[in-house]
Amino acid sequence: MILKVAGEDKKYEEGLTLKELISLEEVQMPEYVTVSINDEFVEKENFDKTILSEGDVVEFLYFMGGRR
Amino acid sequence: MVITIKKTDFENIVAYAKSKLPEEACGLIGGSHGEEEDHIEKIYYLTNIDHTNEHFSMDPKEQLAAVKDMRANHLVPLGNWHSHPETPSRPSEEDIRLAYDEKAYYLILSLMDEEHPVLNAFHVHSGKVSREELKILS
Repeated sequence: MILKVAGEDKKYEEGLTLKELISLEEVQMPEYVTVSINDEFVEKENFDKTILSEGDVVEFLYFMGGRR
Repeated sequence: MVITIKKTDFENIVAYAKSKLPEEACGLIGGSHGEEEDHIEKIYYLTNIDHTNEHFSMDPKEQLAAVKDMRANHLVPLGNWHSHPETPSRPSEEDIRLAYDEKAYYLILSLMDEEHPVLNAFHVHSGKVSREELKILS
């Protein structure tokens, strides 16, 4: 299936979970990443339950924060 | 590495950050990579959802919109910026710990002295901070 990941079309096996995609994409600091699929944000506890589908648009947003 | 920012963008960041006092202000920077200099071409002003003067977290929805806007306008995500209302323009320990991208620029605006705001650009690599040259273009 083809997914659009961070603006690029990528081919992955059917049945891929979001958690697996995060690993395959070598997302840095995955504990801090926020993910949207088709503009909907996915709760972290659902990463391993979320199965991706053909044409899904996935964006990884890195937590951006800090302290004085 | 040298990074450039237009004087108007610098002034706009300062004005925006002052308008958000006493809270920290934050946002993203998009632009382009040159051979010897990187160029900030667009400043994104994002909501600090922490709403405090001690730390910031960018609104994920606004972050997503900014990323899409950069892509649509062929801009490269260069990094982010935030203000320190009461402390100097240098990354705090927490800023360093959360700096995941060694290629990103981290711009910090100090408003300790409101009449003389200080904006510096940094890279953070494996916990080590390097100050990069920030050129303000008039």
